[in-house]
Amino acid sequence: MQAVKMVITGPFNAGKTEFIKSISEIDVVSTDKRITDETRVVKEETTVAMDFGRITVDDDLVLFLFGTPGQKRFDFMWEILSEGMLGFVVLVDAVRPETFREARSVLHVFRDYAPAPYVVAANKQDLPDAWSPQDLRIALSVDPEVKVVPCVATDRESVKSVLLELLYTILERSSEEED
Amino acid sequence: MALKGNLEDFGVAKLLNLIHLARKTGALTVHHDGTATVLYFREGKLLGAYQDGKDYSLLSLLQRAGRIDARQAESVQSRAETNTDKEIGLLLLHSDYVTQKDILQVVRASALETVYSVFTLTEGTFRFDANRILPQEKIGVPVDLENVIMEGTRRLREWEQLQEELPDLDVSLKFADRPGTSLRNISLSVEEWRVISFISPRNTIRQIAQYIGLDELKIRKIVYGLLSAGLVELARPPKAPPAGIPGLPAAPAVKRGVILRLIDRIRRIS
Repeated sequence: MQAVKMVITGPFNAGKTEFIKSISEIDVVSTDKRITDETRVVKEETTVAMDFGRITVDDDLVLFLFGTPGQKRFDFMWEILSEGMLGFVVLVDAVRPETFREARSVLHVFRDYAPAPYVVAANKQDLPDAWSPQDLRIALSVDPEVKVVPCVATDRESVKSVLLELLYTILERSSEEED
Repeated sequence: MALKGNLEDFGVAKLLNLIHLARKTGALTVHHDGTATVLYFREGKLLGAYQDGKDYSLLSLLQRAGRIDARQAESVQSRAETNTDKEIGLLLLHSDYVTQKDILQVVRASALETVYSVFTLTEGTFRFDANRILPQEKIGVPVDLENVIMEGTRRLREWEQLQEELPDLDVSLKFADRPGTSLRNISLSVEEWRVISFISPRNTIRQIAQYIGLDELKIRKIVYGLLSAGLVELARPPKAPPAGIPGLPAAPAVKRGVILRLIDRIRRIS
């Protein structure tokens, strides 16, 4: 059995747990616990270790999805989670520009951990004040060759699209390396 | 759909850069200390800017700039029917009190002064409304935002902010790959030109500063201005995995067939 993994990262409360829940075939193994600090105003519970989802491809292949903990004091977990990943999704709450700076920082950290392919997902596109992927690209100074895709983490079809875009990127990268 | 947020997280320079690059049309309202400032844009260019409690009528602007005197202002005012800036402008031109160039210059200067007054704000909120356009009665003078961003950034004095925006001087710069932007149309200071002349993948920002004899504050200001205006980008050299993560594998060598199977599987999820 071959197992491959992708990491879903992004700032606190970007929607990472919801993203994995929407697509995982098993109940997400989530280690959420009640928040006891000032971030409580934003969210009642948060992920302290990781979310874990699974998509079985066939008898020989399985895809694991790992969500990183959002709060900064758990960022020691990021390095461990990024090890051996096929690629990663940087999920950004597109209605909260106050998190963009953190999103940019998360993106840089993961890019430095491993030169794995990645996409940026502009989450909460179902809300009226969401920044568009085009605007988010400029706001986060995303490289032109990196895809910034719209996302609604609670919608399975939307999550599928994001994962497919990441897989297409990985496929393109593998083609370039083979050439 | 409105873009809104906090200036602490997303400053005016970044907002103008976004409006410029995305060629947006609409109005950016900045609220600070109970005062609202509205900046109007068309296709990424500044058209006009107005702050609560200030008199932006054309006659006042021209009088403040010394282009007309009180008697001339009264004379035109008495003949105006609708009292809009456009009508006042025509009356002024017909009276030979000013030229069209005078009018455009004072309107432009007023808009820029207002923009620069909010440029360095680090507290307050903003909102961009895509459908709100410059009021019909106002005279709009399109101003390229690149120069506005450059000049506004020159006025930024907060060392901490510059350090936060540009923490690492050991990276090099590259010219932004943006069609339609020409350095010839941009006003740069002598020092900015000197920095630009040294841009190369081989030269880090720190080295450029040493060549030219600029201190860290000065080089950060210049580079931040160039970055904010979208003229240059940071070029991070490819580097080995950071120390402390020895041998961390990148993407594992996964065969194309595996990726194609994953794609097929995810497509089939219903």
